[in-house]
Amino acid sequence: MTDASLAYGHVDPHHLRGLQDSALGHEGPASKRIVTGFGFWIFLLSDIVMFSCFFAAFAVLHRQTAGGPSGAELFDLGSVAAETAFLLLSSFACGLASIAADVRSARWYQTAMAVTGVLGLCFLALEAREFASLVARGAGPTRSAFLSAFFTLVGCHGLHVSAGILWLLTMMAQVYAKGFRADIQRRLLCFALFWHALDIIWVAIFSMVYLLGSAV
Amino acid sequence: MNILDPQGPIAAANKTILIDSIAIMLAIVVPTIIAILAFAYWFRQSNARAQYLPDFAYSGRIELVVWSIPTLTVILLAGVAWIGSHQLDPAVRVEGTGSPVRIQAVSLDWKWLFIYPDQRVATVNSLTVPVGAPLEFELTSASVWNVFFIPQLGSMIYTMNGMVTRLNLRADNEGDVQGLSAHFSGDGFPSMMFDVHVISPLDFPNWVSNTAKSGAVLNADSYRELARQSVETGRPVYRLDDPRLFEFIATQQIPPSPGPTLKTQSAQSYLENQDAR
Amino acid sequence: MLGKLDFSAIPIGEPIPLVAAGIVLVIILAVLVWAGVKGYFPYIWREWITSVDHKRIGVMYVLLAMVMLLRGGIDAIMMRTQLAFAFHSDGFFPPQHYNQIFSAHGTIMIFFVGMPFVIGLMNLIVPLQLGVRDVAFPTLNSVGFWLTATGALLVNVSLVIGEFARTGWLVFPPLSELTYSPGVGVDYYTWSLEISGVGTLVAGINLVTTVLKLRTRGMTYLRMPMFCWTTLASNLLIIAAFPILTATLAMLILDRYLGFHFFTNEGGGNSMMFMNLIWAWGHPEVYILALPAFGIFSEVVSTFSSKSLFGYRSMVLATMAICIISFMVWLHHFFTMGAGPNVNAIFGIASMIIAVPTGVKIYNWLFTMFGGRIRFETPMMWAVGFMVTFVIGGLTGVLVAVPPADFLLHNSLFLVAHFHNVIIGATLFGAFAGYTYWFPKAFGFRLHDGLGKTAFWFTLTGFYVTFIPLYAAGMLGMTRRLQHYDVAEWRPWMIAAGVGTILLTIGILFQILQLVVSIRRRDELRDATGDPWDGRSLEWATSSPPPAFNFAVMPNVAGEDAYWTIKSKAKQQGLQAREPDYRDIEMPRNSPTGFVCAFFATVMGFALIWHIWWLVAVGLVGAFATFVAFAWRDHDEYVIPAAEVARIDRANLAERRAAINQAEIPA
Repeated sequence: MTDASLAYGHVDPHHLRGLQDSALGHEGPASKRIVTGFGFWIFLLSDIVMFSCFFAAFAVLHRQTAGGPSGAELFDLGSVAAETAFLLLSSFACGLASIAADVRSARWYQTAMAVTGVLGLCFLALEAREFASLVARGAGPTRSAFLSAFFTLVGCHGLHVSAGILWLLTMMAQVYAKGFRADIQRRLLCFALFWHALDIIWVAIFSMVYLLGSAV
Repeated sequence: MNILDPQGPIAAANKTILIDSIAIMLAIVVPTIIAILAFAYWFRQSNARAQYLPDFAYSGRIELVVWSIPTLTVILLAGVAWIGSHQLDPAVRVEGTGSPVRIQAVSLDWKWLFIYPDQRVATVNSLTVPVGAPLEFELTSASVWNVFFIPQLGSMIYTMNGMVTRLNLRADNEGDVQGLSAHFSGDGFPSMMFDVHVISPLDFPNWVSNTAKSGAVLNADSYRELARQSVETGRPVYRLDDPRLFEFIATQQIPPSPGPTLKTQSAQSYLENQDAR
Repeated sequence: MLGKLDFSAIPIGEPIPLVAAGIVLVIILAVLVWAGVKGYFPYIWREWITSVDHKRIGVMYVLLAMVMLLRGGIDAIMMRTQLAFAFHSDGFFPPQHYNQIFSAHGTIMIFFVGMPFVIGLMNLIVPLQLGVRDVAFPTLNSVGFWLTATGALLVNVSLVIGEFARTGWLVFPPLSELTYSPGVGVDYYTWSLEISGVGTLVAGINLVTTVLKLRTRGMTYLRMPMFCWTTLASNLLIIAAFPILTATLAMLILDRYLGFHFFTNEGGGNSMMFMNLIWAWGHPEVYILALPAFGIFSEVVSTFSSKSLFGYRSMVLATMAICIISFMVWLHHFFTMGAGPNVNAIFGIASMIIAVPTGVKIYNWLFTMFGGRIRFETPMMWAVGFMVTFVIGGLTGVLVAVPPADFLLHNSLFLVAHFHNVIIGATLFGAFAGYTYWFPKAFGFRLHDGLGKTAFWFTLTGFYVTFIPLYAAGMLGMTRRLQHYDVAEWRPWMIAAGVGTILLTIGILFQILQLVVSIRRRDELRDATGDPWDGRSLEWATSSPPPAFNFAVMPNVAGEDAYWTIKSKAKQQGLQAREPDYRDIEMPRNSPTGFVCAFFATVMGFALIWHIWWLVAVGLVGAFATFVAFAWRDHDEYVIPAAEVARIDRANLAERRAAINQAEIPA
């Protein structure tokens, strides 16, 4: 110990006056569910930052067709509309699954998740078909910077959807094996957030890439 | 290559801004450092004469000063930065005597090619310019990025394939200075030094005609040969037949020059010239 | 079957990497044999490798950083030696080696020394300062650490198998594209950083959630120690910036592996876009490294001046301002790319603006010292050394933020000296200060102060003797990354810098000596009270080292400088604390998830580098299986019964009381 005077520590040495005691006070650490949800939200924000880099690259490169085809010549908006419908409906089904988990109905939960997964797979199938046809037409990602950016942005989203489906199957298995335990409920919350976030990204993609890109 | 010994107006102006900025900041930094050492020494525990103020943790007046000092300094420097950036924009033409000399610089692996389109000559690793004339540079690269930099003449600028950057300089004293590349570009990078000969405007046309008499021609084929990865120890000169060569390089009609070959599956080949020492 | 890998990947013909690799392998083998013979493996596995305790993970991060500091330092010694001799000569290292050395030096120092050191200290201390039992996601914390270690491992493997990048530490295209770097070097770099980048992001998410959602009762935001505020700011930057690095390196990987055209010269690629993206990450990165150091110094200056930190509120404001502005300055790394005067000037001015909150911090530390009773133990020496050194580095920084000045100094040794000035001044000095300051908390005994001070003086002097000559050489036009040179005026400065390097090396050797001696003499240096420095924040309220659960009962915080308030009240009112109401405590169970996941990540990374596709699949499946196995466990926590908590706590309090009584008995 030092010989520095241990005068009664001034409770407010920085003259914060009211600021230090906010009306809410502070009750201690938050509950597990809040902490998990909050952490996952932050992860989603970081993922959105990553996507925004791909969006930025697309914006910078979308005119660099290197003499090759442009978006207007390549995009099949009908297929895009169908993909959008599948994804939006799958988000709806995922919402139903969340409600089923809240009321702890395993039957409805598994059904809703299965529908979510099937719709997600339909989305992926259409996207795979679009990519294959582009490659077959000589408009693959190595053709030009524009196409590199297109395939990467849309493909990255597709990879996230694929990972999401793997996660979906794992969650279905978990609920089947262990029921609606608290930690599994927290994971369901995270999965649902993830799935809906993918939907939001898709809205940005079809607006910026397909709709705006077709107008070029 | 001393940037504090400018040989042209751009370098002189850059240097002035450099020195002035340092001076402005030293006016704050020196007292601050003295205060740090002084307070640390005076308020040491063994100094019984120092007053112990355990509750001194807030002072509005000090806060005001403490925020103001850096803010005012920054406002002053911001003015210097704004005005200086505009006056010394590399793309701004420089006044001078005599007609401007256009020089098209291409950075290759690992040498500099200087094309004089109006004089129909080209040189490698050696730049000859008339004193006092405006020098209008257009720059590009054959392959990877480099930076064209003559420290005693002023500002540096990037060279990038498929793009053209612009730089304007003027050399005010006859003599020799040196230039280099200021962006790492591979195994032969240290060899990208070049000589700058600043000669009298009366001698310049003689230099041009002597160079033009040189046997070598710079065209797309000899350029491609030059653009292969190698280090150039000599100072070859060329006659330029087609003044559009630079344009072909800059717009990639002559494609970017190739890189190294693989020596093994894992490692790229080593620079032959360097190994044979 | 083995992709691009064959025996030519091992540098048989090159003595230096071969001998270096040989020495490292012998050392590793010796350590493993020693541990095995002494029977330490079960202990190491149980208590460290599978630990999810933030204190253990923090220590492992710092250990990783210190080992990698030796590797990065040796690279630096090689570089300065080369430049002292390579005048009109090729020196010791031909370009194909030298270019790998400086690329590895930068990569290792930033990603595997700076980042792990600050993340380790934040992990170790923040939950203690917040009065809680662990970070928000303990198992994820372990995953993050082991993935960082994977990245470090891969970079070091490149020494022996294949080669490292020969492009500089930021792999700018087109040089880093397949055309101009066809070897595996750039791939080692990209995959290593993609993997460790995931680790860093995980740490960022963990620490932000911990600071925002996990504080003990009564600890409002404005009662948090300053170190927690800088932790918050730094980790917000990690979350916002590291995804940019991930995306940008992914684009480069796609160019190299699949022939995409993001940054290539052909096909419409845009290499300027790489510059923008990588520096949009790169500039926040340096603040990620600097902000925790600022936090450490706030703690150290306050504690060793026996005074509250001056201007706490404006420190918080300054920290968050630096956090936000750091995202608005990235173009100052390429003023000479030709963006035009308006753009250049705006970014230059923004870069200067960030000097304002930084300057405010220096003055607040200054006025914390004013009216204090300063004890010059080793951490305080580092703090004063930092204040002087960082101010000079800041000056040169604002200087190169003026575009016309930068037009003469970009990429020169002046710039190299500037960034070493600020990074060594802030991050390295801060790391050493934090290491010395919190070592007793982590291990229960102090570090030898005399040896620490010797290390400090050699490091401080060595820094100036090394880098002032580099400022001079930059003024003489010398650019960076030169493997050899022919300009006579540069030579004396290179020799002087070489001498400085010797001094810096002696400084590091004294740090090692200090650690060895302190371990040997740990009984003399024992910290029995848990509060060896008369601290002000809650980590000093626990024993040294703290029990697994940190606090038997989470404290109730009534004011700023939480622990100082507690101590003062106790002294004043002469209270013998009433025994708290002990309860059962739930703690997370240890788990091999992090280690196993990292194992598969290493396999995947290596396989990707060498194009061994089947092995990549094995790694992916393995990693996924690890997650599923982890998700399947039924028991993720264990209970420490109240009686056990009470026993541990009573023993700690007794030891503390005995030590205090002993100290107060007159001789």
